[in-house]
Amino acid sequence: MDMKATKKKLGIKERYAHMTRGLGWEPTYQSADAVFPYDKYEGIKIHDWDKWVDPFRLTMDAYWKYQGEKDRKLYAVIEAFAQNNGHLNITDARYLSAIKLFWQGVSPLENYVVQGFARAGRHFRGEASRVACQMQAVDELRHYQTQAHSISNYNKYYNGFHSQRHMWDRVWYLSVPKSFGEDALTSGPFEFLIAISFSFEYVLTNLLFVPFMSGAAYNGDMSTVTFGFSAQSDESRHMTLGIEAIKFLLEQDPANVPIVQGWIDKWFWRGSKVLALVGMMMDYMLPKRVMSWKEAWEIYAEENGGALFRDLARYGIRPPKGWADACEAKDHLSHQVWLLFYEYGGAAAFHTWSLTDEELDWLSAKYPDSFDKYYRPRLEFLRDKHARGERVYQGTLPTLCTTCQIPLCFTEPGDPTKISHRETVHKDEKYVFCSDHCQEIFGNEPEKFVQSWLPVNQIYQGNCFNPDVDPTAPDFDPLKAVLEYFKYNLGRDNGDFEGSEDQRNFAMWRGQASKN
Amino acid sequence: MSKVFIIVQANEEARPIVEALLQDNPHAVAQESPAMVRVEAEGKMTLNRATVEDLTGQPFNIQQLHVNLISISGHIDEDDDYLTVAWAN
Repeated sequence: MDMKATKKKLGIKERYAHMTRGLGWEPTYQSADAVFPYDKYEGIKIHDWDKWVDPFRLTMDAYWKYQGEKDRKLYAVIEAFAQNNGHLNITDARYLSAIKLFWQGVSPLENYVVQGFARAGRHFRGEASRVACQMQAVDELRHYQTQAHSISNYNKYYNGFHSQRHMWDRVWYLSVPKSFGEDALTSGPFEFLIAISFSFEYVLTNLLFVPFMSGAAYNGDMSTVTFGFSAQSDESRHMTLGIEAIKFLLEQDPANVPIVQGWIDKWFWRGSKVLALVGMMMDYMLPKRVMSWKEAWEIYAEENGGALFRDLARYGIRPPKGWADACEAKDHLSHQVWLLFYEYGGAAAFHTWSLTDEELDWLSAKYPDSFDKYYRPRLEFLRDKHARGERVYQGTLPTLCTTCQIPLCFTEPGDPTKISHRETVHKDEKYVFCSDHCQEIFGNEPEKFVQSWLPVNQIYQGNCFNPDVDPTAPDFDPLKAVLEYFKYNLGRDNGDFEGSEDQRNFAMWRGQASKN
Repeated sequence: MSKVFIIVQANEEARPIVEALLQDNPHAVAQESPAMVRVEAEGKMTLNRATVEDLTGQPFNIQQLHVNLISISGHIDEDDDYLTVAWAN
């Protein structure tokens, strides 16, 4: 006689336990240390991998089910957006500069994180940590793909979206996120986890995906807000993984605390520099603004990050070393980066422009302690020159920070009128930095950072011209030759928005959309 | 005391989640921004499956939250019937 199964369905805690416990085995053909060669050399001590728990406890069936649902929703929006000329519903074509920068500089980073988590998922000993890393690798691949599919619609109509892979390895400002990603990828697996899951995902990504994506919605970009929030729903899991990972490491052994603290110091600072680009996107590139970079920093870094570090104090963890300087910079960061890109607007594959009075007033109101005193007069001066037909473009190349690779455009803590400049001599070579913290990162790992591929230095060494170029020709224009090496469509991808092809086309198409 | 938050998309699937959070956590506050709703509360906040089911008249799996979730802050404790976010400080 058949027995009816009466056993109750498993709860999520039991299902997760079945998926992540007891799946591994002790290797016998090879020693465990030979199978997992990279999870000890960083000095992190793990005594019990079973203490690793993913609090969301997603099992594979639930993971595929919910990810499938997210993708179906997203692709329905992408299709509707493309079919209905959604690109003509954005507030202004200036907005697209932010999306160009996102596509050029953020999306490739997603791809790096795929590689990093695939590797971490291979090299950790604990099964639960490996499952978590593998899921995150698949998530990040989804992010890159959905961004490619969403943004490809803009590439049909607007300049600057082409040649992303080519530009990523060459263009000066893209070396900022690229070197950040490669620094993480070439770290040990535990440092990678703290760099990406904790410092970047937990402490900083809210700044990228929450207020900026809400800004995309506010500017009528249905496509970007949908991929952004779809990605961010995965980020919520990644952030949770980040905080669990750090608690796990800190609870496993007291000797882990100083190592982890060093990584938090390094990666918080590196992440805050990469996000300077996002500050500029929020304050300057969104025609309709949701909140200022400063407000976003206060909510998501100071308030939320502050809560986190108060919580970690019981393990002996303190806020990152660069915390106070990064918080002080909230009044200056976006303005300094925008001014940099405005002046180097001839060498960027997106447009910059002069701000309207209304936009300047908005910034004055949002930055009462800094904007009118330090930045508004400069922006008005540049605008006046532009109006007289003397648009300012820098023709020389800036000095780059060896660590973050951002041109030296940031100012001294406590003195926003003085450019911050540090130097270290290492083995008879001089290295330049934008800050004490970038200098200290170099000092801790000089063998790694002497290998930095600094675009400006490479240009001066003659390594950034196409092979058929003759630098000895009498009419040789080095800047033009470099931009051709970047594969820019000169005069279309770069320069001021005013008078650009994007501006003309958008106005013409929008006109066609509203009348016969 | 630190604040926890749950941010969801501003859509019909997430609306009962926001309502359930506000109903079960009297100290929670909702803030609306373009395309999103941020529910924040001092210290701790719980989403209960039963409350969402009462509001919609449909079965609700706590993990359905993932589909419309944008961000979350605090330590997470999740089981079949609830999801709690809390800070220990």
